[in-house]
Amino acid sequence: MTRPIVSIKNVTKRYPGVVAVDDVSFDIMPNEFFALLGPSGCGKTTLLRMIAGLETSGTGDIIVDGQNMEGVPANKRPVNMVFQSYAVFPHMTVRNNVAYGLKVTGVAADEIAPRVEEALEMVQMGAMADRKPDQLSGGQRQRVALARALVKRPKVLLLDEPLSALDAKLREHMQLELARLQQVIGITFIIVTHDQDEALSMADRIAVMEKGGVRQIAGPEELYEKPQSRFVADFIGKINLIDATVSGTSSVGVTCMAKGLGRVVVPHDGAASGSVSLAVRPEKLVLADTAPSSGADISAKGVIRDVAYYGDVSNVFVTCPDGLELAVNVQNDRAAAGLLENGREVYVSWHPSDTLILQE
Amino acid sequence: MARRKSKRGPLDYAKSPWLIGFGLITFILLYAPIAQLIAFSFNDSKRNIVWRGFTTKYYAKAWNDPALVEAFVNSITIAVMCTMVATIIGTATALWLWRFRFPAKSAAEGVMALPIVIPEICMGVAVLVMYSRFGSWMRGVETGPLHWLNEFWAIWPPLNLDAFTIARIWNEFFSVWPLNLGAITAAHIAFSFPFVAVVVRARLAGFNREFEEASKDLGASEWQTFWNVVLPFMMPGVIAGALLSFTLSLDDFVITFFTAGPETNTFPVKVYSLVRRGVSPDINAASTVLIVITLVATIIAMRMQAPSKTEG
Repeated sequence: MTRPIVSIKNVTKRYPGVVAVDDVSFDIMPNEFFALLGPSGCGKTTLLRMIAGLETSGTGDIIVDGQNMEGVPANKRPVNMVFQSYAVFPHMTVRNNVAYGLKVTGVAADEIAPRVEEALEMVQMGAMADRKPDQLSGGQRQRVALARALVKRPKVLLLDEPLSALDAKLREHMQLELARLQQVIGITFIIVTHDQDEALSMADRIAVMEKGGVRQIAGPEELYEKPQSRFVADFIGKINLIDATVSGTSSVGVTCMAKGLGRVVVPHDGAASGSVSLAVRPEKLVLADTAPSSGADISAKGVIRDVAYYGDVSNVFVTCPDGLELAVNVQNDRAAAGLLENGREVYVSWHPSDTLILQE
Repeated sequence: MARRKSKRGPLDYAKSPWLIGFGLITFILLYAPIAQLIAFSFNDSKRNIVWRGFTTKYYAKAWNDPALVEAFVNSITIAVMCTMVATIIGTATALWLWRFRFPAKSAAEGVMALPIVIPEICMGVAVLVMYSRFGSWMRGVETGPLHWLNEFWAIWPPLNLDAFTIARIWNEFFSVWPLNLGAITAAHIAFSFPFVAVVVRARLAGFNREFEEASKDLGASEWQTFWNVVLPFMMPGVIAGALLSFTLSLDDFVITFFTAGPETNTFPVKVYSLVRRGVSPDINAASTVLIVITLVATIIAMRMQAPSKTEG
């Protein structure tokens, strides 16, 4: 097994009255695109800044490339950061911004120029090398920030909410660009984001954080399809959470009494007991005018309360008995035409295997 | 004819003839005296009343008046010394207040800004009282509150100094130009450095801490970060503050009047004493030169602040 490039071991950071990072441990492998994902205030940025050495006085060990970072100041660490505000120095040209990190560490002048050119080419900013930051757009400034960090040839590149200041179209473009860049350069990227789409589309692995702790670390698909907790299920994508009580376990699965659905049997490996949540993604749900013919499906009869139209899909909210609200994703194809009207009676159904049982 | 209802917004005031007229009058009231001052410095008449033809002889006359030239040179010297020291102290104060958290910080900030709000006349009196007290201490060094200095020097035999020698050396030292301007300069520094501090502090408030962190992250030390990132950022504030302290010092009358000794005169104080005997055109000429110097300094400072194309 290869040695992890970054090891986080029992890292804790307290602010007066708050535990920002609460006993976090995990490893990041070389060449991995790793995302720290969570709502604001979950400690993800603090953890990133601790790796960069910009937050100190935490406990636990941060090991980068086999070297313990304890007591190593930010300017001596083999990591570089792309800041949320990009922090491109306003009084320097693009070229001088990129050269800065080499100049201050005493890299020979004849080595600086070609490395700066190379880094600028990498982010396609070679033509703008002599501009000042105030003559650049947000996306271009971000490229400068990227080049400035990459020219240092860090072992790990840290990105703090790099795309949050960009508009939607540009953000999508930069997501692809970052993923491409990471593959080309072949170094480890650690990105902090609150945007699950960003994490899912770019990262190899994602650590979902909440209240200073890591709730789950997994690849995008596993995280989406097999969330291990209500929090993760709810945070990653949209999900219907249905309160239920386990009444028995058999070889077929777990039998529960669910709110609005009655008795359902859900395949589940592992134990389940007491009150649980049944979780099912909106796109797994099917709407129909008539009751489903297959008796194996879980189904409920309800009334369409609201339809949110998104062009390619519609989000349909259906009120079922017992006050159960289900969100259903419907492709806007011919079959859906005419079906989606407020107040219409419909049947919602899905396959039991698409249901997850989440213990509270 | 139907009266047209005005649809002017609050910022369209330039369309109102009344306001244009009012603005014009204000403008004239502000600048006409200066224009007149400059114009009459070229007037071939002893009195500032009627225009009698162009001449530059009053510039020559002002130039040949040693007292006026001395006062003028004193003023410039004081302003330059004051600007250098006040800019450094003010910038350091601004950095300190911006960078560090300490107990009673807001109180320190308030006290720092006191010289800005205290009436100048009070500052003048206060400085006068302090200087005269200090002077009497130096005179009565053997018996006065500073008598301990005597014993202090006495225990260092190699120098063989007594208090009178010290006082004499002190007095001689501070009667040599430009050290004899020290008292005025110190007073000027005291009231002008808070202006520098306030201006630089305002500039620093817009500093994004991520610049500093980015610099360190890229491998720069604290000092490299300060010289390459923090200082260039606050430079416009430093220059503006320096300019402010230069003009404040140059035209200060009240505090200077209280601190100037019999042998030291500054331009404003000299002009005041001359004007009591009527305004003569050579004062106009000297004032015009002062205005030109101030304008040139301002233009140079503004040029320095303008973003340069070549180097960051």
